[in-house]
Amino acid sequence: MKDLIKSLRYTFLALVASLLVGAIIIVVTDIDALKSGDYGKAFSTVFTAYKSLFEGSFWSLRSISNTITGTTPLLLSGLAVSVAFKAGLFNIGATGQMLAGGMTALWVGFVMSGPGWLQVPLAVLAGAIGGALYGGVAGVLKARTGAHEVITTIMLNSIASFLVLWLLKTTTFQREGRPDPISKLISDEAHLPRLFGFLDGRSDLVAHSGFFVALLATYAYWYLLKRTTLGFELRATGLNSDAAKYAGMKSKSLMVVAMLLAGGFAGMAGATEVLGTYGYASTSLAGNIGFDAIAVALLGQSSPIGTLVSALLFGALQAGGRSMQANTDVPVDLIIVLRALIVMFVAAPLLVKAMFRVKSQVTAQGQTFRGWGG
Amino acid sequence: MNESLMISAEQKKRARNVGFGYMGLAVITLVIFSRRPGDAGFKLTEGGANLTIPAQQFAWIFGIVFIGLGAAQLWRGLGKVSNIVLALATAMFVMSFLSWATSGESFSLVGMLQDTVSRSVPITLGAIGGILCERSGVINIAIEGMLLAGAFTGAVGASLTNLWFGTIIAMLTGVLLAWILAVFSIKYRVDQVIVGFAINFFALGITSFLSFRVLVPNPDYNSLVPVMPISVPVLSKIPFIGQILFVQTIFVYFSFAAVALLTWAMYRTRWGLRTRAAGEYPKAAGTLGVDVIKLRYRNLLIAGAVAGIGGAWWPIGTVGRFDQNITGGRGFIALAAVIFGRWHPVGAFSGAMVFALAEAVRLKIGNFDTGIPSEFLLMAPYLVTLVVVAGFVGASRAPKAAGQPYDEQ
Repeated sequence: MKDLIKSLRYTFLALVASLLVGAIIIVVTDIDALKSGDYGKAFSTVFTAYKSLFEGSFWSLRSISNTITGTTPLLLSGLAVSVAFKAGLFNIGATGQMLAGGMTALWVGFVMSGPGWLQVPLAVLAGAIGGALYGGVAGVLKARTGAHEVITTIMLNSIASFLVLWLLKTTTFQREGRPDPISKLISDEAHLPRLFGFLDGRSDLVAHSGFFVALLATYAYWYLLKRTTLGFELRATGLNSDAAKYAGMKSKSLMVVAMLLAGGFAGMAGATEVLGTYGYASTSLAGNIGFDAIAVALLGQSSPIGTLVSALLFGALQAGGRSMQANTDVPVDLIIVLRALIVMFVAAPLLVKAMFRVKSQVTAQGQTFRGWGG
Repeated sequence: MNESLMISAEQKKRARNVGFGYMGLAVITLVIFSRRPGDAGFKLTEGGANLTIPAQQFAWIFGIVFIGLGAAQLWRGLGKVSNIVLALATAMFVMSFLSWATSGESFSLVGMLQDTVSRSVPITLGAIGGILCERSGVINIAIEGMLLAGAFTGAVGASLTNLWFGTIIAMLTGVLLAWILAVFSIKYRVDQVIVGFAINFFALGITSFLSFRVLVPNPDYNSLVPVMPISVPVLSKIPFIGQILFVQTIFVYFSFAAVALLTWAMYRTRWGLRTRAAGEYPKAAGTLGVDVIKLRYRNLLIAGAVAGIGGAWWPIGTVGRFDQNITGGRGFIALAAVIFGRWHPVGAFSGAMVFALAEAVRLKIGNFDTGIPSEFLLMAPYLVTLVVVAGFVGASRAPKAAGQPYDEQ
């Protein structure tokens, strides 16, 4: 709990600091206003932009629903990167693992017909298995041949995207009567139930129960790390693989397990996107989420709570950024800048402390990826 | 003692893998590539001289050669020449693949290889940026950000003034980002991977943001005429090779020079020895009077400059404009090239060539009808890379101190 408060406080200060820098960026780039000397307009742009950023992420039920929708895949794929970091592996492959999991979940989603309480968990499980197997490839390659996971996961991302493109054109997957690579719709029962489904006539509230899947996965990750031998061994290998080896841990099988787990989390991210957000699959299923997931894991310092907090923050920024772009002339890409600044400020506690004159000890650095390893 | 024994066991295993790899190539060549009768026409020069390859016979011959190589490798190992043989075998395999894919049609081999060399520029320069940092003990994940930011400022700088100025601005942008990386990772000792990724995100965000907010309303900030290829006087007259290597833009020559210079400097100068020492065992280097901190700062800034120029390749070297996320992950490919090349400039250069070839083949091959879904052809280069890295390159040892902040005491 103390850790949570501390990490929340630092994240909050970092958020404020990066919003300040973001404001400067908005003003400086308002070329028309600056040319005409209309500084008032430049500053009012900042105000409206941040107002709609906030309103778009928290102010209404609809905003909250959008934030939840954005958070779900970020949290799950963030866990995929975090668990690999804990074991000393750098998983750039969340994109490919999401695609793999999304496709297997999709398949179960439209092939099966049965009651929802059976089909939904089965489809999510299928997604986890699909993603795990795909992530496991990188783990096995590393354990067997030493091939570095940074190379293999990047290659596997490209391979997955072409595989999906091909699959979406096969008769098994392609929607009837469509020339473009887009999949069949999943059956009605296979949809992850919508969170606000009980409110009549609010079809704009798209948040779905994939969020609970993500929360459960976060809890499972916490339990794994703190309460199981496997979690302890993973952490030990990540901290010092030689020492772990001398202590009798099988570092090679731990690598494979870590990548299986990572792939499983990312696969669930793909599954919840297909079963909850879209209801079908397309080539843009994974988008940039696999890449954003790395920032989520870094910001959360690979801890379960940290990953949860940073995924929520990033999800909120994403939802707010969309409404900011709709209401002002400030492009949504500002939120990528804000995310980068937040990560930077959180990572450099000295800097934030100097800015806000906070008195406390240096926060313990979380575990990421220490060196390239062997 | 123990170390050398372990390496030899490792080498034995790799030699065996390579042997199996050759056998795999033989199977693919004999089973798949020999299926299509017909001639593949390769244009060897811009004018007309054509090389016509009977695809089927070639596949048979190459397949048998691969079996022979595999047997030799499994039996004895090829020893010192194994890398050269590997390179030749790769070339043969690619030829065989191309003649299979294009049989019955004509295909500009020179054009494709020229394209390959040109596309290797940002990957090579990014990889050099990576090597310079990592050899001196700082992990550089920020290559992608440096390339992207360099591409943006290069485009704007060159549009507003001239190409030289644009390139210099791009270089300075790379230096600026490298300086941020240096201050945070060396001075504030922030986790290097975190800073690197934050820089990537920052570059991606700010360039996309600015391109919507500034470049779209002001199109004249983002339009320029890229540089023309320069023919090197004598060398470009060499048949075939001359066209590929020596009718290129100045960016290509710069990347060749950078690889050569860095290879020489890294292994033949005092600076190189100190850099490697700082990356392997900074405490020892420090004890012997090397200013590790200063050395790391300096190398990082040089790395940023090189990567910034690599970024300028997009607007100034080819397309003549900046687009959102124009680098498309090439910085990560460069990172992969660094690991692929085992932190050696020439190794990384060959890695960059492999990836660039994959890209050039991908762009060409999509149009040919082979009876196999085009997605699998497009996927092939990545699969090959995966197989090569897993079976042939294997584990690579990074500079020992990469990623660890240095304490002066």
